[in-house]
Amino acid sequence: MINDTCIARLDRVGKRYGAIVALDGINLEIHRGELLALLGPNGAGKSTSIGLLLGLHRADTGSVSLFGRDPQDIEARRRIGVMLQSAALPPTLKVGELISLTASYYPAPRSVAECAALAGVDDLLGRRYAALSGGQQRRVQFAMALAGRPEILFLDEPTVGMDIVARQALWAAIRKAVSEGCAVVLTTHYLEEAEALADRVCVIAKGRVVSEGTVDALRAHVAVRRIRCITSIAAATVAAWPEVISAEHVHDRLAIATAEAETVVRRLLDSDANLTELEVQRAGLAEAFTEITRESETTDRSQEAA
Amino acid sequence: MNTIDSIATPVMTTGRVINAYLQEAKSECLRYLRNPGFLLPTLLFPSVFYLMFGIFLAHSNSADAPRYLLASYGTFGVMAPGLFGFGVSLALERDTGLLTLKRAMPMPPGAYLLGKMCMAMLVAAVVSIILLCMAVFLAGVSLPASRLTAFFVLEVLGVLPFSALGLLIGTLVKGQGAPGVVNLVYLPMAFLSGLWFPLSIMPSFIQSIAPIWPAYHLDQLALSVVGLGQGNVLLHVLVLLGFTGAFLLIAARRLRRYG
Repeated sequence: MINDTCIARLDRVGKRYGAIVALDGINLEIHRGELLALLGPNGAGKSTSIGLLLGLHRADTGSVSLFGRDPQDIEARRRIGVMLQSAALPPTLKVGELISLTASYYPAPRSVAECAALAGVDDLLGRRYAALSGGQQRRVQFAMALAGRPEILFLDEPTVGMDIVARQALWAAIRKAVSEGCAVVLTTHYLEEAEALADRVCVIAKGRVVSEGTVDALRAHVAVRRIRCITSIAAATVAAWPEVISAEHVHDRLAIATAEAETVVRRLLDSDANLTELEVQRAGLAEAFTEITRESETTDRSQEAA
Repeated sequence: MNTIDSIATPVMTTGRVINAYLQEAKSECLRYLRNPGFLLPTLLFPSVFYLMFGIFLAHSNSADAPRYLLASYGTFGVMAPGLFGFGVSLALERDTGLLTLKRAMPMPPGAYLLGKMCMAMLVAAVVSIILLCMAVFLAGVSLPASRLTAFFVLEVLGVLPFSALGLLIGTLVKGQGAPGVVNLVYLPMAFLSGLWFPLSIMPSFIQSIAPIWPAYHLDQLALSVVGLGQGNVLLHVLVLLGFTGAFLLIAARRLRRYG
């Protein structure tokens, strides 16, 4: 443990469920104060990875550590906060009671009022959990996760089922926790969530990390850029240019995908002096993600060699 | 981990650990006391049965009937909080992810089960107080205070073997199927242990297998407490302890293995 900013680690961890390999020698490190997003298709091993770090399962091979301890050691878990995807909390308990129960598990918890303020549920403290909307319930779960002044927060799909306003409010609360030095491990299906929050993104597929880096680095992984403009040139003409991957009309605009945007733009401007509304965009995380997971499937072997 | 970290980490004091157990027990009691779907049948079944058979229809029976039925319905009444409060809730919470969340959080070990145990004992206490009040004030049962107290204590502790059995069922069955399975244990066992009809009027085969049911032994103890017992009290206590221990052991092994 020379690297003391690392507070949680999966080291060459393997885990099987019967014949299914859930994790295949995965390596993952979580550092103090960072926000790490785990992305991956369903069944890729995200939840199993989180489950191991929370001490819910035991690894078949390799080692799992949380603050240098076994996560099944309650001392280690007293420094974490948890929000799981599918936990049905007792419907007849009031919000304040749920938060204060969770706080009682920790040595130096936040006050109920403080948790409620951070998660934006101040006005709900006296309400029963069952009477809340889905988004409110998620915010209550977030308040509970913050109760113990955690050094790491594990958030499993935190904004599922939330509308955009509620989602952005929770994002703001997550950013605030990070700004106070709390590390966050987030699994999500929403790529824009990773894009909005994460310092670092790990793409997991088939039980391994297939790509890891900043959001920008991941995006750069995909060479494709998108060009949009209003022009009189026919889509079929552009599609025939050698550098162009695809070209089509979307509404009144021509949308072009290419790996060599500069060349294509130059040729477009040369061909149509009246071209307007020119935009060039790097592919979003969604494209990068699709590309990376597809690559890991088709070129499984070569990926391993590289 | 480096030294700065271990110094900076706050330590959970004994006081706070005890507080965590208390909070868990309080939450568990509150959530069920606020749940009429659980509380009403649990309280109403034994008291309505006692009202009907122990009081209104008691004139056709012998003079001992109100005392006899106090023991029977008392036993019947404390089976439910144990079996349903423990078994069904554990089966549902294993299914809905609440147990997983509690295991991921630093909840002190055992607080979850102890909390459910407190809840079951509290409900058993309420059931036995209702039955005792009905017996004394409505049915005219006259027993010395020591026997009334002994009955109360017996019923509150008597919920434990059924909590252990409920725990075991909760580790075997998951989710929505649990209430059905628990009823399949609860109702036949009550019948076969002689809680609804005295064993003496049952076929001899049913009489001979009665000692394999925990409810039979609790009923025998309750009968002794109200002054109608014949058997060996110590033997019944030992059998109930044995049942409780065995159920707990198997349940603990299953919980450890499958979560």
